Amino acid sequence: MRHVDEYRDPAAVEAVRRRIRATVTRPWTLMEVCGGQTHSILKFGMDELLPDEVRLVHGPGCPVCVTPLELIDRAIAIASRPDVTFCSFGDMLRVPGSRDDLLKVKARGADVRIVYSPLDALRLAREQPERQVVFFAVGFETTAPANAMAVHRAKAEGLANFSVLVAHVLVPPALEALLSADGVEIQALLAPGHVCAVTGYRDYEPVSAKHRIPVVVTGFEPLDLLKGVLAAVTQLERREARVENRYSRVVVRDGNPAALRMIEDVFVVSDRAWRGLGEIPRSGYSLSARYAAFDAERVFDVGGIAVSEPEECRAGLVLQGRLRPTDCPEFGARCTPEHPLGATMVSTEGACAAYFHYRRGPRETAAAG
Amino acid sequence: MCLAVPGKVVEIAGEGELRMGKVDFSGVQRQASLAFVPEVQLGDYVLVHVGFAISRIDEQQAMETLAALEEIGDLGELGPPDEDPPPPGRREGS
Repeated sequence: MRHVDEYRDPAAVEAVRRRIRATVTRPWTLMEVCGGQTHSILKFGMDELLPDEVRLVHGPGCPVCVTPLELIDRAIAIASRPDVTFCSFGDMLRVPGSRDDLLKVKARGADVRIVYSPLDALRLAREQPERQVVFFAVGFETTAPANAMAVHRAKAEGLANFSVLVAHVLVPPALEALLSADGVEIQALLAPGHVCAVTGYRDYEPVSAKHRIPVVVTGFEPLDLLKGVLAAVTQLERREARVENRYSRVVVRDGNPAALRMIEDVFVVSDRAWRGLGEIPRSGYSLSARYAAFDAERVFDVGGIAVSEPEECRAGLVLQGRLRPTDCPEFGARCTPEHPLGATMVSTEGACAAYFHYRRGPRETAAAG
Repeated sequence: MCLAVPGKVVEIAGEGELRMGKVDFSGVQRQASLAFVPEVQLGDYVLVHVGFAISRIDEQQAMETLAALEEIGDLGELGPPDEDPPPPGRREGS
């Protein structure tokens, strides 16, 4: 596949790997922010290609994983109504709420649909005007323009039976919170390339300057990731700390202006609670007043549902890069993708799921022994 | 959820926020909104996320990236080859 295969070329991967090895003189800890990058790293074994000095820790870039429990419970309350067709991206369905997950609600007869795009939910709303169609608008900045467009079109078309349950979060405020915490070991960041395709990377410049940390905008293919690592360790070795774009075929500094205009039309920046990280000021989107009629929390009056996070799941530490999934005592034992304790084990971007799918060796062997 | 796939635009229809394209992903074709990439023309490659093209892939930048990689491969200062032990690191704290 064009623009994919070139970035998986073994000879080029080897060349960059050797360059990294020749550059590094001391231990460095890098965080890849995006869960999609985490999955690429484990799938392709990129972490095992790096010299021992370079340690990758995995970041909070998994929107499904950071969606708070009470929003899952609100989704379940809405989806359980007989007049509702509830639409969601697939990996949200198995995320445990405080008692159920959406898949169990579906199994009991609720009309829960997996959609590929928010436009699919919009189409369902057009096709069945007698039903309330609700879309679970989860995501980072990458997904915000698409979800905003769905709401914008619903208003333009006068679709009164469409609404969205918004769980949108923003990367830079989360990085600011992570880097401001005590005992931070992260020395460089690989910034999420597809978030930056939408937003650009200007918002990362203050983060890099304040915390004196290299931030490298990085893509998702093996070569992209290694190039990101090489740029980061080169900056670290030179005692530099700036934002560098190593995904220039996709990302420009100011982002995508048409996408940003659509976000600005539909959403406003708001405080958001993150599962595992807590409340972070101005770290998410909510619908702006003009689109309040499309807010499912208001339409179905579920804003009062509040629950606290379970204590047995350590996903919060995983999402901060402070606990490697395989070091969790429940990993692969009480917690599996079939029976997850937390969202990081089920999401296609969850770090625990990545380790479960690609890296179960040592613990399994130990358990068998 | 931030997964996005590159594909080639093979058909364009509609205008403005209703502009749609048929995008070919190595033989599999799907409709995608082109509302956020007004500059995209037939034959361009786009990055598609949840049914929306979020970026036109810049061919010039892609070629320069790959050329730079070839340069890395050509350089003789790459350190020891694969089978040699890694160079001793000067470990200074963590």
